[in-house]
Amino acid sequence: MSYRNTRDFDKPIEEIERKINELRERSQDSKQENQKGQEDNGEDYSAEIEKLEARAAKLTADIYANLTPWQVTLVARHPERPYTLDHIENITTDFIELHGDRLFKDDPAIVGGMGRIGDRSIIILGQQKGRNTKERFYRNYGMPHPEGYRKALRLMQMAERFNMPIVTFIDTPGAAPDIEAEERGQSEAIARNLLEMSQLRVPIVTVVIGEGGSGGALAIGVADKVMIFEFSTYSVISPEGCAAILWKDGAKAETAAKALKVNADELIRLGVVDSIIKEPLGGAHRDPKASSKNLKEAIITALDELTAIDTDKLVEARYNKFRKIGVFAGDEA
Amino acid sequence: MAWFKKNLFKKDMFKNASDEKKSVKVPHGMWVKCNHCNEIIYKKEVERNLEVCPKCNYHFRISSKKRVEIIVDEGSFVELNADLEAVDALEFKDIKKYKDRLKDAHKKKCGKDAILTGSGLIGGTKVMLGVFEFAFMGGSMGSVVGEKITRIMEVALAERVPVIIFTASGGARMQEGILSLMQMAKTSAAIARLRRAGVPFISVLTDPTTGGVTASFAMLGDLILAEPKALIGFAGPRVIQETIKQKLPEGFQRSEFLLEHGMLDMIVERKRMKETISMLVSHFA
Ligand SMILES: [Zn+2]
Repeated sequence: MSYRNTRDFDKPIEEIERKINELRERSQDSKQENQKGQEDNGEDYSAEIEKLEARAAKLTADIYANLTPWQVTLVARHPERPYTLDHIENITTDFIELHGDRLFKDDPAIVGGMGRIGDRSIIILGQQKGRNTKERFYRNYGMPHPEGYRKALRLMQMAERFNMPIVTFIDTPGAAPDIEAEERGQSEAIARNLLEMSQLRVPIVTVVIGEGGSGGALAIGVADKVMIFEFSTYSVISPEGCAAILWKDGAKAETAAKALKVNADELIRLGVVDSIIKEPLGGAHRDPKASSKNLKEAIITALDELTAIDTDKLVEARYNKFRKIGVFAGDEA
Repeated sequence: MAWFKKNLFKKDMFKNASDEKKSVKVPHGMWVKCNHCNEIIYKKEVERNLEVCPKCNYHFRISSKKRVEIIVDEGSFVELNADLEAVDALEFKDIKKYKDRLKDAHKKKCGKDAILTGSGLIGGTKVMLGVFEFAFMGGSMGSVVGEKITRIMEVALAERVPVIIFTASGGARMQEGILSLMQMAKTSAAIARLRRAGVPFISVLTDPTTGGVTASFAMLGDLILAEPKALIGFAGPRVIQETIKQKLPEGFQRSEFLLEHGMLDMIVERKRMKETISMLVSHFA
């Protein structure tokens, strides 16, 4: 286990984990000495390790049950959290990545392709972040340009032609805000995806696997079923961006995260997300394989349900799902 | 015309940083100073010119009421859903409560939320009309704006009449959080239905149109028009500048820039807007 990028709230947990590792190493050493046929009094640490493990588990459960919205944001952005390609590798078979929007270029900030989940062939795509400096730059921190959204649309429209369900993973701070993005029509690309996704005649499942940042996230999220990982966030603007504009102080991000109601349970309450996918104890980054397993089960269940629905009804229901989102007053009763 | 003074001289939060040095003293009375070319102009002349600077052709921001006056046949506008009002679903509070921001906005008497919608005639043809009110919280789109837009689109679909929307918006309304974001999907889905039914939607972008409004219905017009020199973009210029740490090119994100990059059908001056829309609509009929 690496201790880079430690979140403050994680420190007590990691402290115990470090002790456990230490004891494990020591007991290894003493076992080796025993094997050399020397004294028979090699120390046994297993009872102590067990005790510490129980303490770590309890502490982790306590801490993660009480994370603030900002802390959840940090978990959602954890550099060791499984990203789109990690999940795809863990949950699909025969995955083949497909490239390019056929218009301008291939955008590494969105990846997608064909794969099999259970016994179904699907189109699966999502924003992709990078794990080290070089990769992060290559993936543009998971912030797509218009060509990324256009690649996603191309793949989704192909899915429709061949009657394949679509699975999308949201994990982005937002769409790229730069000169090239504006020149090539970032707004148009996002808008067109919203429009086209609303009418696609195949089931669509979206999972927010990490950071769901504004229009750049929603552009692949107009789905029949929208799910979110327990420690993921979905928001109209990043807490930092919101703080900079409304508080005129980017350092108020923690307060903004709370105000924006970015967490899974709030998103359920507001009718934006349909269900929450559990993460392993202490977050997906502590056990990526286990989180992928939960993800896979949730997707298969959703696809079983959605593929059974008549296509006209499916598209109608998708329209109504987004049609009814919003809270206002003053309607003539 | 109190709104005019205010809009004209308020430091423009959506402007390129390079424009910001032109702080303008407010001349009182009959004369105004254009904050674009700095010329002193006779106020009546600006009003007569539909709030366009006669010296440099700068199109000032105008109220939704004034816009309706300019665009629809006299006396034909019927407002719809005027009473829809925002609800503070998130109990949002920054340095100010959302509830108080709403109260302040209501005091301006510019409508109950950031869009005026209804039906009207343009050159004798019935259309459904939506006009953003920038004075109401920067024309931001929350649940009310999304709902009102969707409703006029649904009426247009049922009656098979064109939809015309004039935008002027900083984007999604942060105080309604994720609910605002979802209005992008809601309005765009409504346009998908218009498209399938062959009901035209004309989007008219005015200064400024950015963020979640641009990245949804505003860029989905069968036709997209813009007033001259309007700021139109996804990310605001300040955000882009902070991200790339470079000076932005001259004219970046202005209507002319978008036309050149293939994002608009045409740029239309305010004084030609009504006849242009009228002619376009007649081709669809
Ligand atoms: Zn002027």
